Amino acid sequence: MGEGRSPAFYWLAAFFAAFVLFLYGPMIVIFILSFQGPTGGLTFPLNGLSFHWFERLWHGGGIVDISGAFERSLKLGLVVMILTVLLSLSAGLAFRKRFAGSNLLFFVAVASLIVPSIVTSLGIALEFRLLDDFLKNHGPEWLAGDLKTTMGTFTSGLGAHLTWTLPFGLLVMFAIFNRFDNRYEEAARDLGATPWQTLRHVVLPIILPSVIGVGLFGFTLSWDEIARSSQAMGEHNTLPMELQALTTTVTTPEIYALGTATTGVSFAVIALALLAITLIRSRQARHGSDAGQA
Amino acid sequence: MPFGLVFLFFFVIPLILVVIVSFWDYNDYEMLPSFTARSYTETFEGCLAKLPDVCTILRTYASTAKFCFIVWLSTLLIGFTIAYFLAFYVRTVTMQMVLFLVCTIPFWTSNVIRMISWIPLLGRNGLVNLALTRFHIVDRPVEWLLYSPFSVGLAFTHLFTFFMVVPIFNSMMRIDRRLIEAAYDSGASAWQTLWNLIIPLSKPGIVIGSIFVVTIVMGDFITFDVMGGEQIASAGKVVETRLNALQFPPAAANAVILLAVTLLIIVALNRIVDVRKEL
Repeated sequence: MGEGRSPAFYWLAAFFAAFVLFLYGPMIVIFILSFQGPTGGLTFPLNGLSFHWFERLWHGGGIVDISGAFERSLKLGLVVMILTVLLSLSAGLAFRKRFAGSNLLFFVAVASLIVPSIVTSLGIALEFRLLDDFLKNHGPEWLAGDLKTTMGTFTSGLGAHLTWTLPFGLLVMFAIFNRFDNRYEEAARDLGATPWQTLRHVVLPIILPSVIGVGLFGFTLSWDEIARSSQAMGEHNTLPMELQALTTTVTTPEIYALGTATTGVSFAVIALALLAITLIRSRQARHGSDAGQA
Repeated sequence: MPFGLVFLFFFVIPLILVVIVSFWDYNDYEMLPSFTARSYTETFEGCLAKLPDVCTILRTYASTAKFCFIVWLSTLLIGFTIAYFLAFYVRTVTMQMVLFLVCTIPFWTSNVIRMISWIPLLGRNGLVNLALTRFHIVDRPVEWLLYSPFSVGLAFTHLFTFFMVVPIFNSMMRIDRRLIEAAYDSGASAWQTLWNLIIPLSKPGIVIGSIFVVTIVMGDFITFDVMGGEQIASAGKVVETRLNALQFPPAAANAVILLAVTLLIIVALNRIVDVRKEL
């Protein structure tokens, strides 16, 4: 503060720079090492540069079912993303008015963030195990006959991920609607728009960039999730779980290649989302909102 | 409302089931519905008999709590300094946003990757050891850098400091700038302003950040596994070990204990701040 730059500023700026280096340094190192030559090991020096480890990864050399896990994580991430957007949006709209149990629901959502993930994961695993037992013993014949388990990526696994992404989604929605100018809606209503028209042509276009942000958040949270997935995925692992398992068994730069590749997917998704947001923003700037059209 | 249903089915009911199952009996391959404290008594087995020695489970919790404290302290000190810099020394909002984004980017990749990225730095032949031996600071590579309590603490700090920065920054941005000018005008030094004005007013952020960091460390088992070389016990890992052995009731009992301890810490954190506010 004060007028000129004080000495304190330079100390703090240096501290900040060190912090950024601390954040990025290790990541940059594995990024470089993933291009390690075929004879190279887990640490420096680099023995040449190559795509060797990426190729091995691609062909699934030595590693079990990486492409399967990749595909599952991608699909799960997309489903989680869509559900997170739809459910957070509807919840965000609902929370604008007080309703019976709104405080309770908010409390539960925040609690879901704070309760250790392993506890939630264990609970979900128990729930589905007991459900399995119940269905096998009391379920109808056609169902109980060849039922193995109800646990899976898109039942228990999906639920586990949603308990993680939805609270974040809801908090972002709160932030959005706190800044939302209610007069737009009132104006639409005064002009004779139905509630649905108001939502579709006025509210949604205004908050669309933030909604894309929620979806993006949902995808990356799911894509990297591991603690909650640990007990709740059933027989098939997601990509981060495979990665964790590999840290103990694999001793080649292949694991760095996998790390670089998964990071690449996150970055691509984020870049796409940012691009979409920019496009929407510039379109709105050029044409105004599409309120009232069609 | 579907939003509520998701939490009912995948959060509330599971938690209730954990508590119920923790009182069930079990044998080698299945759990048996009943009401027994067996899982709890087994968990604390020998705790009374071995006195004054500390039994395994208490030692595990003490060790986890120690990690919690160290990580909390380091993330708080670093996080507060970063937030203080961003909130009061960066002048334009655009610059604040840019610097904030710079700090957020590493979160776009998975925690496991951020953990293993320390291996080339801290390993026996890693860069740090290379530098230390090159400059003859040590004769032999230092072993305690990786797969040690040090690397676990370092990884936690690396992963979660930003969770401290965000809420503290948020609190700081809400401080009325006129208060600070008033403090300066009344002759307060920068330190006095920091200590008597900014820190007290940032307390809500500090508490929220602390709750985040402490609950994460208490329940973690992955960082302990990957960075500790599977040698360091933690409260979360006890649950996981029981689960891997398919012993659900003891796992549930340990989960209940873990949950109770975590909640106690959160309550205590709130208490500390409220008490101070009243003084």
